[in-house]
Amino acid sequence: MLLIGERINGMFKDIGRAIRQRDPKPIQEWAIKQTKYGAHYLDVNTGPAIDDKVSAMKWLVNTIQEVTDTPLCLDSTDYDAIEAGLALCKRPAMINSVHADREKIERVFPMAKHYGAKLIGLTMDKKGVPKDSDDRTALAMEIVAAADEFGFPMEELYIDPLILPVNVAQEHAIEVLKTIRNVKLLANPAPKTILGLSNVSQKALNRPLIDRTYLVMAMGAGLDAAICNVADEELIDAVATARILLNQDVYADSYLKVFKAGREEA
Amino acid sequence: MPIEVLKEKYSSRIREVVLGATPEQGGTRTHTITIGGDSTLPFLHFEGEVPHRPVVAVEVLDMVPEWSPALTKYYADVLDNPAAWAKKAVEEYGADLIYLKLQSADPELGDRTPEQCAQTVKDVLAAVGVPLIVVGCGNEEKDNQVMPVVAEAAAGENLLLGIATQDNYKTLTAACMVHKHNIIAQSPIDINICKQLNILITEMNLPPDRIVIDTSIGALGYGIEYSYSIMERTRLGGLTGDKMLAMPVFCNVGYEVGRTKEFNASVEEFPGWGPQEERAIVWEAMTATTLLQAGGHIIVMRHPEAIKLVKRNIDALMQKNSF
Repeated sequence: MLLIGERINGMFKDIGRAIRQRDPKPIQEWAIKQTKYGAHYLDVNTGPAIDDKVSAMKWLVNTIQEVTDTPLCLDSTDYDAIEAGLALCKRPAMINSVHADREKIERVFPMAKHYGAKLIGLTMDKKGVPKDSDDRTALAMEIVAAADEFGFPMEELYIDPLILPVNVAQEHAIEVLKTIRNVKLLANPAPKTILGLSNVSQKALNRPLIDRTYLVMAMGAGLDAAICNVADEELIDAVATARILLNQDVYADSYLKVFKAGREEA
Repeated sequence: MPIEVLKEKYSSRIREVVLGATPEQGGTRTHTITIGGDSTLPFLHFEGEVPHRPVVAVEVLDMVPEWSPALTKYYADVLDNPAAWAKKAVEEYGADLIYLKLQSADPELGDRTPEQCAQTVKDVLAAVGVPLIVVGCGNEEKDNQVMPVVAEAAAGENLLLGIATQDNYKTLTAACMVHKHNIIAQSPIDINICKQLNILITEMNLPPDRIVIDTSIGALGYGIEYSYSIMERTRLGGLTGDKMLAMPVFCNVGYEVGRTKEFNASVEEFPGWGPQEERAIVWEAMTATTLLQAGGHIIVMRHPEAIKLVKRNIDALMQKNSF
């Protein structure tokens, strides 16, 4: 299970302010903290409120890489900002994300190949996020076909079926689970699947409980990766336990401790 | 018609463990032995690396054993002298290393003192140049007295010491830590306990590359299929990134085969089974070669003729079969 730390995102007030004031401290603190908690990648998002996303992304990448080698997941709707960040990344990065739109596909796949980056493909297009699993799967298929077309390795492609907040779009949660299962049938080797987990609990009560319940359900459906709050110990314990119950790790009495220790080494 | 060979690519590999130490390394061995390092299932050279040969350790006791005469006749002149026994095993029977069991420490079988046991270990070290495996008598309380003294007396030799179990691992682990030896971690054909014991030992800060797994084995006809499954699962776990299963594996074949009816019964008892000598050799060799296929790295053996067959089999298995 690939865990991507969600915290360096301009949507969070402390990070947004730090980006605007070019204050490295909160950025570096979160980079170190999430790495310590075992994040395999760090998501890096300037947030929507920044005008010059290119220079903000470059500053973020450099600022983070001053304190950690953890690879980065460059998260932006501005592909110039992503490309500027990719050029600075010391380790192969992840691109978050491409949509099932032709012009975006043509812009992003060659860039991902050029920089040896993994790529997240969202099951949405200009019309937005589909209501059901069939339409999500159809859009996933367009992205999978694009990977084939551009010679992009299928194992490096992560399909995100886009979970929506359960308090406003309750019917989507089950459709996303179905999509995770379907996506695995689209190619051989199969593309991977990923979720921006915290979205499921936006503005709901009991957020950590909703997050970890849904993550475990998604793992049962075959989920490979999540962008999430890696500092949530109970969430990570749930991941470790789900891995045991899915027979992905061999049980031992100290499995929780070992899972965390393993992440720290990774 | 071209055939596509399907290859599995694993994310991880089995750890290497080095046994013995040369004079430059602080010991007195003529050479060291490295086991493990595999990046694929046993002997799939076309798929990954199998950098080191599995090795045969020959069993030596520190007292005259109650073994079948069909076996003891090969060691008749040395059975009361562990050093001479070890020398014979190396020089005449091709032992890659010696497995010395301090049986006579058993309170019911001589109750020899820790110091006497340590002397035996020193005598054997002086008699042979190969690395040594040393295990206690099996009485936990006594072994906890004996093994720390042995570990200290042989400091620098980088021995493989046993046997640690889930209920009794702390004393031996501490002795291995302090005097820099390797440990045999034994579990009762149970993958979960196998992993847990490795965790417990590493939590005491013994590095994982100083642990050799003993999953426990059964002889041919006595549950070998269970051993096979556990060893295979251990290997797959290690290859797919489970750090607490990625250790080389030890198989005590001679002992397990030595107590089977097939090894010990005479042809008069079971006329249909054929001559005992041949049967005993084949039983030990078949058990050993099966466990090699399951992923054994150290095979402990007794019968010189079976050892010959197994070493020949290892030669064949180490031939590259790349496509």
